[in-house]
Amino acid sequence: MGMTMTQKILAARAGLAEVQAGQLIEVGLDLVLGNDITAPVAIREFEKMEVGTVFDKDKIALVPDHFTPNKDIQSATLCKIMREFAHQHDITHYFEVGEMGIEHALLPEKGLTVAGEVIIGADSHTCTYGALGAFATGVGSTDMAYAMATGKTWFKVPAAIKFRLIGELSEWVSGKDVILHIIGQIGVDGALYKSMEFTGAGVSNLTMDDRFTIANMAIEAGAKNGIFPVDGATKEYLEAQATKPYKVFTADDDAEYDEEHLIDLAVIRPTVAFPHLPENTKTVDEIVASYPEGIRIDQVIIGSCTNGRIEDLRIAAKVLRGRRIAKGMRCIIIPATQKIYLEAIKEGLLEVFVEAGAVISPPTCGPCLGGFMGVLAAGERCVATTNRNFVGRMGHVESEIYLASPAVAAASAVAGIITNPEELMA
Amino acid sequence: MKIAKGIVHRYGDNVDTDVIIPARYLNITDPKELGRYCLVDIDPDFAKRVKEGDIIVAAKNFGCGSSREHAPLAIKAAGVSVIIAETFARIFYRNAINIGLPIIECPAAATAIKEGELVEVDFASGSIKNLTTGEVFAGQPFPAFMQGIIDAGGLVEYAKKGKEG
Repeated sequence: MGMTMTQKILAARAGLAEVQAGQLIEVGLDLVLGNDITAPVAIREFEKMEVGTVFDKDKIALVPDHFTPNKDIQSATLCKIMREFAHQHDITHYFEVGEMGIEHALLPEKGLTVAGEVIIGADSHTCTYGALGAFATGVGSTDMAYAMATGKTWFKVPAAIKFRLIGELSEWVSGKDVILHIIGQIGVDGALYKSMEFTGAGVSNLTMDDRFTIANMAIEAGAKNGIFPVDGATKEYLEAQATKPYKVFTADDDAEYDEEHLIDLAVIRPTVAFPHLPENTKTVDEIVASYPEGIRIDQVIIGSCTNGRIEDLRIAAKVLRGRRIAKGMRCIIIPATQKIYLEAIKEGLLEVFVEAGAVISPPTCGPCLGGFMGVLAAGERCVATTNRNFVGRMGHVESEIYLASPAVAAASAVAGIITNPEELMA
Repeated sequence: MKIAKGIVHRYGDNVDTDVIIPARYLNITDPKELGRYCLVDIDPDFAKRVKEGDIIVAAKNFGCGSSREHAPLAIKAAGVSVIIAETFARIFYRNAINIGLPIIECPAAATAIKEGELVEVDFASGSIKNLTTGEVFAGQPFPAFMQGIIDAGGLVEYAKKGKEG
């Protein structure tokens, strides 16, 4: 029986000729990741193990990104624990404030995540690297501790769902709309424990940034991982960024899938996920029809590991150029890494944002998880390009988050209500 | 611990890790302190109401969302002895086992058991008894290694014990 792309990577790293869905395997790891929230708990567990040294100082990445630049004394203490650990173990890939960025935008950009690898991270959005043809999945702090000590972890080999993409996205529609559309179809547990494998001729019509956004939110459908085939665009990206060789795996023709979905990119509309689950999706057309007076909002966030990349900022700038943020609206824009920040300066995007009345934050996860830099009060509504709209995620339990693309978010910031970018730009 | 017995606190689908332990408490790592804020955004009195040994019963996809191990740590420190659900989100599932918090997937029990009922779980046989109604449900027994992890208090302690023993 054939194997899926994910199964082939897992088999290779487990040293097995073949694996099957449901099989328990131990695999060697190519990269182990942690951040300022999860790594301190992992470090505590690592120290309990009394192994002395980490398995490989070059294969661990520590990124202080969630509550940094330190939002309070306790957060500063957590960062200090991680910094001292990194120093003590001479961790090669520790990124201090000033070098850092949101981990899932940073590590691909630094060339530390490449096709064919097995990567775990103590952060649920570790699945982002599937965009590059790697097997990447989120784990907790104890798994991270065990992995830092041994370089290994165990997995139950996942079954898979195939998403065959065809066609091409229309203007003002992007990867975010694709993944929200899919989660709206299959639900927040639609891919529970499984791989989401994206294939088909439509893949080549998606930019790498679109693919990162789509793979990033596989976890919001409950998936173990999301993965894209390696094509010309992936190779071009890897050849420009990668610090190590990569390996291309392809699914067998007779691989078994639990389900198959055909996704025509051409018919996907700008899509918004309503509170309080990413599956509560409506297209902009449905919103216009159901809310004739519009949904008034207080804040817009453009950023996060989902949508803080340069292409996202370019789209936002295209919408905001020569326009003003609605009176009374707060619009916060967060370039995901220092490199993206610098590119945005050079391209003049930040000037566009400031002139429009937006504020620009240093790279941080910040408001996405209700940390800081845009926390909501009771009754406030936010359109965010982030990934979760759970109760209380961005602040007060009575606040509301509407997940959307950078184009929808920027258009909504201008109009003050949730807005179709096609209409604003027409 | 081979048997859990306690009063049931019931929740619905998709209880996410943000409501189990909101990010405003993620600058805390001490499990006892995390336990004080357990489920605060969905059930503000839970930490005050819960008694040592109590049981959480939930519907689908319990623990969805972030990878924060603070979530099962908070539940365990609050005194919960076991979670029974129709399904668990995968990272939460791993994390709960790794920190030694027993969890059981049993759709029949998760659907039938009601708030406030007294329930007993035998980990060795997988049997779930509703002592209030007399109903019995067959859950999966814990494999020996999982029971070992729970008895040791977590994966790290279990691994250490193996090395010493």
